[in-house]
This record gives sequence, C-alpha cells and structure tokens, in this order.
Amino acid sequence: MDLLLEGFQTALTPQNLLFAVLGVLLGTAVGVLPGIGPAMTVALLLPVTYSVGPDSAIIMFAGIYYGGMYGGSTTSILLNTPGESSSVITAIEGNKMAKKGRAAQALATAAIGSFVAGTIGTVLLVLLTPTVADVVVKLGAPSYFAIMLLALFAVTAVLGSSKLRGFVALFLGLAVGLVGTTTGQARLTFDQPLLADGIDIVVVAVAIFAIGEALWVAAHLRRKPLEVIPVGQPWMSKADWGRSWKPWLRGTAFGFPFGALPAGGAEVPTFLSYVTERKLSKHPEEFGKGAIEGVAGPEAANNASAAGTLVPLLAIGLPTTATAAVILLAMQSYGIQPGPQLLDNEPGLVWALLASLFVANTLLLVLNLPLAPLWAKLLRIPRPYLYAGILFFASLGAYSVNFQAFDLGLLLAFGLLGLAMRRFGVPVLPLIIGVILGPRLEEQLTTALALSQGDVSTLWGEPVAIAVYVVMALLLGGMVLRGLRKPEPVAEAPQGGPESPESTETVEVGR
Amino acid sequence: MTIVVGYTPDTYGRAALQHAEAEARERGERLVVVNATSGQSLVDKRFAPESDMAEVEARLADLDHAVRHEVVPDVADAVLKVAAEEQARLVVVGVRRRTPVGKLLLGSVAQRVILEAACPVLAVKPD
Repeated sequence: MDLLLEGFQTALTPQNLLFAVLGVLLGTAVGVLPGIGPAMTVALLLPVTYSVGPDSAIIMFAGIYYGGMYGGSTTSILLNTPGESSSVITAIEGNKMAKKGRAAQALATAAIGSFVAGTIGTVLLVLLTPTVADVVVKLGAPSYFAIMLLALFAVTAVLGSSKLRGFVALFLGLAVGLVGTTTGQARLTFDQPLLADGIDIVVVAVAIFAIGEALWVAAHLRRKPLEVIPVGQPWMSKADWGRSWKPWLRGTAFGFPFGALPAGGAEVPTFLSYVTERKLSKHPEEFGKGAIEGVAGPEAANNASAAGTLVPLLAIGLPTTATAAVILLAMQSYGIQPGPQLLDNEPGLVWALLASLFVANTLLLVLNLPLAPLWAKLLRIPRPYLYAGILFFASLGAYSVNFQAFDLGLLLAFGLLGLAMRRFGVPVLPLIIGVILGPRLEEQLTTALALSQGDVSTLWGEPVAIAVYVVMALLLGGMVLRGLRKPEPVAEAPQGGPESPESTETVEVGR
Repeated sequence: MTIVVGYTPDTYGRAALQHAEAEARERGERLVVVNATSGQSLVDKRFAPESDMAEVEARLADLDHAVRHEVVPDVADAVLKVAAEEQARLVVVGVRRRTPVGKLLLGSVAQRVILEAACPVLAVKPD
C-alpha cells in the first residue's frame, strides 16, 4: 500500500501528470482514427523515450494504451467502423443505438463502463502482479522457455481466424529475430556488417505498424466517405444506469482473466461478454437493434483485458498484445528488463506505472465525456496530411535509433512487408511478438542447456514446464478436433457484420 | 442550355441550389447538380448522404435535370469538367467567408470554379 502511495507521488508530479494527460489525449485520438492504433503511436513515440525519463515515458504510454481502448469505441458507435479490433463487438449494438438517436447514451455507457472496468482491472493488476512475480521468480530457464513457447503458440493459434496465416507471421518474426551475430555465428547477415548487430526491433515495429498502414491507406485512399452520426454531450438516464452496471461488472470479469492469460487480447472476452449479455438481458428483443447492454459489457471487457495484459507484461515480461509488445520495447530501451525481477529492481517505476493507470483512467472519464463531439471531428482530417505526418515521424524514429541511413532502407523493406501482410490478411501481432520473444526464447534455451550440459531432457524437467506443455498439447488437440469436426471452418464473424459500413440505411445528418 | 450547380448539404449549397433552381425554372433550362468528394478524409460533411440527394432529386423531379454524386480526385475539377461536358451557360456555386489563414490551409473550391470556368459563374451567399 505504501508502495502504491509512493507511486501516486511519482505519477502526480506536474510533469508526469502532463505526460499522462498527453498520453490519454493522444491515445484517444489515435483510437478514434481507424487504422491508427495505440501500438503504432507508441512505436512512433519510441524516440521520445531517448529524451525523457523512463517513468514519464512509461506513464505516457500507459495513457495511450488505455486511451486507445476508449477511443476505438467512439468510432465504432458513431461510424460503425471499429478503430480497434477490440471494438468490433461494440459496433454491433453501439452503432444501432446511435442510429436510433441514442448515440449519447452509447458513448456514455462505453466511457463509464471503461472507467469502471479499467479501475477494477487495475486494482486486480496491483494485487496480482507481485504475487505472480513471486511465483515466477522461482522458475528456472526450462519453465520460462515453455511459457514463452506457450505465449507464442497461443497468440498465433488462438487469436485470428486463420492459423496458417498466423504461423506464417510468427515464423517471419522469428526469422527476423535471428538476424545478427549474438551467438558468435553470423546468421542471416548476408555479409552485411550493418546487420551484424541484428535488426533493431524499433525499426521493425515502426515499419510494420506505421509504414505498412500508411502504404495500405495510400492504396485505398479514394473511398466514399462514411456518414457520421452527430452527437451531443454523452449522458445516461436512470434506466440506462440500471441496465448498464451489471454488464460492466460481468464484462470486467470476462476481460481481466483473458487479458492476463498469455493468450491475451480483447477479441475473445468482448465476444463472450456480448453473447452473455444477449442471453441474460431482460430486453432480448432489443439485441440487434441497439441494446445498451451490448455496448456496456464488451466495452468493459475490452478495458479490463487491457489491464489484464499488463500482468504477464510486468510479472513475466511477456507481451500478449501489440501495444504491450511496443511498451516492452520502450522499457528495454531504458535497459529495464520486464520480468519477475522488475518489481525488486525497479519498484519506483512499476508502482508509478500502476498509479498512473488509475490517473489515466480517471482522466479518460473526465476528458472524454465532454470531448466526445470533438473526437468525432478528428475523422474529418484529410488523410494525406495525417499519413504524411505519420511517415515523417516513422522515418525520424527509425533513423534516430542508430543514426544509420541503412535503417531507413530496412524501414522501407519492412514497410512493404507490412503492406503485403495487410493485403494478404496475415496478422501483424505474431510477427512482432516473434521478433521480440524469439531472441529471448533462444536465450532461455541456451541457459537451460548450458546448465544441464546439453541434456535435452532438462526442458521437461520442471513441473511448471510439463504443465505448460500439457496445456499446449490440449490446445493443439482441441484445434485438431475442431478441424476434424468441421471440414469447412467458418470464420466466426459476428453477424450483421461491422465490416460493411456501406450498409447504412437510415442516417440522421444535420441535426 | 444547361445550368450546373455545385451542391453541398449545408446552407451554402442549399442557397446555391435554390438560385440555380429558380434560374432553371424561369428559363426552362436543364439543371445539373454536382456533389462530389475527394474521399480523402473518413468523413466529409460536404458529401451529401444518399437520403439528402434523394430529397434534391424529388425537388427537381418536374425539371429536366441530372445529378452527379461521386468520388473524384478533385472537387473543383469535377465541377469544371461537368460544366465543360454539358457546355453550361452558367455555373452556380455557394461561397463562404474564410479567414486568410483558412484560405491558406483549406483552399477554396468556389474560388477555383469562379476563376477557371469558361462560362459566367453566379456566386451565391446564404441569406
């Protein structure tokens, strides 16, 4: 408790508060804009970490993370275009509510639900992280190896609709992670001295997120504009409160555990929460036509899982979402290695981060309820200007890593790869996680084998490792079984597809 | 002869449409309504929703008219091109007040149409 209060002391200094506000505003802004997510923003801002202290940078990034989760719901509701994959479910009911003229209530239940879930999630995070770290710190290299393997496997196979594409991305990432001479051997360096130190992950992240997305948008620039639903000040009636508070809590209960598992991500819990609310609702007839429960639950699940993903990040050093992966990069650039020792080595930083999450959450509620109409205006920015800015910052960021013009070439090459991945529907997350975890996976493997003097059986010599392998086998078995039962796997897209924003029938404009 | 009007779903566009309609009715001329967007931003308030364009169509139903509602590289060019194609006698545009900075940042469709059209241009301000 004292530690947390000390954390608040750090988080509430004027400078850090300013960074938190900045992070929250930026995060919401990028969450609102489809295509630009918190992961890209944090990647673009990585160069900032060279000039400010670690606590300020991490506090800002936490604000961006939470803000992005919130901002995505605004676009989902007003535009039927989810800004974030985690807001896809929100769009189903949220947009219907907005079309019925209840945009203000939808935004309000999303904002307040996010606040409630974010706060509960952060409390759980504060309680859980030290406990998990205590357990994890006792594990040996073989267990770490197994857990990382599980994370890679789960992120690739559990999330996303196509396993094959997921594994393509994962192995691309692992291959990129191999480049360099860290093992004494030159691997994939093509006799290029500049590649001897390996490819900087910052360059890869910036290229895949920013350049890939910019090229993708440039290729699809001339689209019929979408029709945005005008909105006033968000507010809720008493009946809306009554219908919202239970879904908020249930959404939190779904979101946090899923976020905290190595196979994190908000897609599964938001979907589960939606299905549950539809079953439990006293107004089932409203579902599909704009039920407030269908917004409240998934939005809460979304934010709770954002808090949950920080548990493996802080306690084990395992990133399970793209944004968490980039935040991990930022920590590494300060020489801070997230993992079980983090709480002992850097207690000030961790508690400041945790405290700043509470601050960011409160800021989000205070700022976003009144600012919602303003956020909707962001969508009117001409995209050429926006993406020109993104390209500029991306190039600046990639260059400032090593001050090597060569990195700009790499940036372009990986940017083209990012474009190709988007074109062929290959998920980006497994690649980034692969690049980050690949070298660390190898490190754990070498440590384990060095300790056992080359005896491979050490890899399943620890109970935790065996348990993890069993979980992996079960997941794999389940996948195979499902594949056998359904020869033609149907992508489980939520019906009424938010992917079809063109199908706007009744829209009120110019109110 | 033909009258071309640059339409937007706001007071400026409505004023322009009103004048163009009056002019067309008085002389029994063909009226072409142009509403276009460059599609560069996700939301363009000046691109009329289908419902709005349907209203415009209904209003002009008894008149010889055509509606161009499309995504184009440049809105001013689109208006000019339609005017040239239709060999318009008159182009009607709505004009708004812009600060010097606003002019610098946003440019003006109306200004380009006024300067570059081959025929007379009627610049209309809302009442």
